[in-house]
Amino acid sequence: MSSTQLQGPPPYQAIGRHAVMSQVDHDEAARFNFLTHMNRFLSTRLLPRVKDAYERSALPRFQAAHGRAPADRREVRQLMADETAYQQWSALRRGTMELRQQTGRAVVLRQLDRLNQVAAELNVQPGLKLDPSLPLPRYIAAVDQHCMPGSYHTELVANDVSPAANYDAGIFATTGGGLGRYSDGGGWAVVEWLREQRSEWLARHASQLRILDLGCGLGHNTLPLAQAFPHAQVTAIDVAAPMLRYGHARARSLGVSNVAFIQADAEQPPFAEQSFDLVLTCMFLHETSRSAINRVFQQSYRLLADDGISLHLEQPQYAGMPVYEQFIRDWDAHNNNEPFWTTMHDLDLRALAADAGFAPEQMFETGLAAVVDESLFPKPDKNTEDYGRAAAWYVFGAAR
Amino acid sequence: MSLDVNRLANAKSKGKRPYFMRVPEAERVLNVVLALAQETAVLHERMDTLERLLEAKGLLARAEIDAFGPSIEVVNQRSAWSQAYLSRLFRVFEQDCEALRETPEQAATVDELAQT
Repeated sequence: MSSTQLQGPPPYQAIGRHAVMSQVDHDEAARFNFLTHMNRFLSTRLLPRVKDAYERSALPRFQAAHGRAPADRREVRQLMADETAYQQWSALRRGTMELRQQTGRAVVLRQLDRLNQVAAELNVQPGLKLDPSLPLPRYIAAVDQHCMPGSYHTELVANDVSPAANYDAGIFATTGGGLGRYSDGGGWAVVEWLREQRSEWLARHASQLRILDLGCGLGHNTLPLAQAFPHAQVTAIDVAAPMLRYGHARARSLGVSNVAFIQADAEQPPFAEQSFDLVLTCMFLHETSRSAINRVFQQSYRLLADDGISLHLEQPQYAGMPVYEQFIRDWDAHNNNEPFWTTMHDLDLRALAADAGFAPEQMFETGLAAVVDESLFPKPDKNTEDYGRAAAWYVFGAAR
Repeated sequence: MSLDVNRLANAKSKGKRPYFMRVPEAERVLNVVLALAQETAVLHERMDTLERLLEAKGLLARAEIDAFGPSIEVVNQRSAWSQAYLSRLFRVFEQDCEALRETPEQAATVDELAQT
């Protein structure tokens, strides 16, 4: 391998810039670089030791006591709590998540006045519709997802974009650049899937393509659809105003004008039935709730026109997975403020979709890996899975 | 705007914080060490940048440090350094895991040597 090929994760300096992006000085970039490497070290060096401890210490201990292997991930979790390797990996992983938040917030908050002003100037252009009267769902109001203080919605000052600016600044480090320069590899993966697997469907929608992204956040995965299909009318909804302010400003700064960012609840989107051709969610379902996910599926069905497609990008469901892998994948539910993660990954999505009205023969499942610029960014590596963080997704979909 | 950036940057996320180690104090120290490790990495990276700029130009300007973008070759060298650094810091954890692979016979030999 030549020394001019990148052998590790990309440096923070490779991150894609846009007008509303936080400016980072040398040392702030170095702090993010440390987090990138810490995450890599955790997944490639310490996590394999946790599995070692399970196989060489915990499992024999359990078998000696019970005459059988652990039956489910709850038994594994109870068992592993006493394993030093697990304690150390967990303590460092939790600590690294918290340090990532601290690093991002320190960067954003020192320049918040400027960021809010830049966003406000870009948001004069049409395409942003906020609704301050919209009630927050409890799963957002009561939970600081993945240790993010104040969740997606908290405004420290008027017209605040800080939660989105912090999210955008740090996701590059958390994923080791695996999502690409603009952390949009998920959206590009959907684009590639549509082009390769639904080319006839795309041809049928060559004159009209109406796309809805539910729970869009700051639109990382929404924008590639708008960029790849310039004729598409893209609508992106979220309950959190800071994400939408930042998302719309970011889109405009990147020259994307065919996305409308609207403050609305994915459980009751304010749109007419059968008014979209593609309805999707990207890593959104696991941050909702048991009752909300039902409604999201029902709304997906209601909003889809005939010949429409619904798509949900998530981490894989647990059914049929070895109990140790379930246990490791479930770490975020218990230790990274993702309370619905456990329940969500046990759900029968086919049954959920059937209840919403989708025909079983119209349902499909597939896997997607992030599509990134491989001249600089790492190809998703199947051998160093960092459960729940990898730039690869399980997709559940259903056509109408 | 007069936000207390230091305090707000450190804000706690909602909910009970999990501690994993038998002694929570040990884990608190670990979190301090983690923050120090980050700052050490920052210092290292800054010096690395300075040295490279000084070498290249024979002068130093603060704006040049902030504007510095490492080449892919430099990034590869920094990647190798970061992994070696983390390896040194967390040596004891890996050794605990290696101990799992030691046989009782090896331990017995050491005990015997200690007594004879």
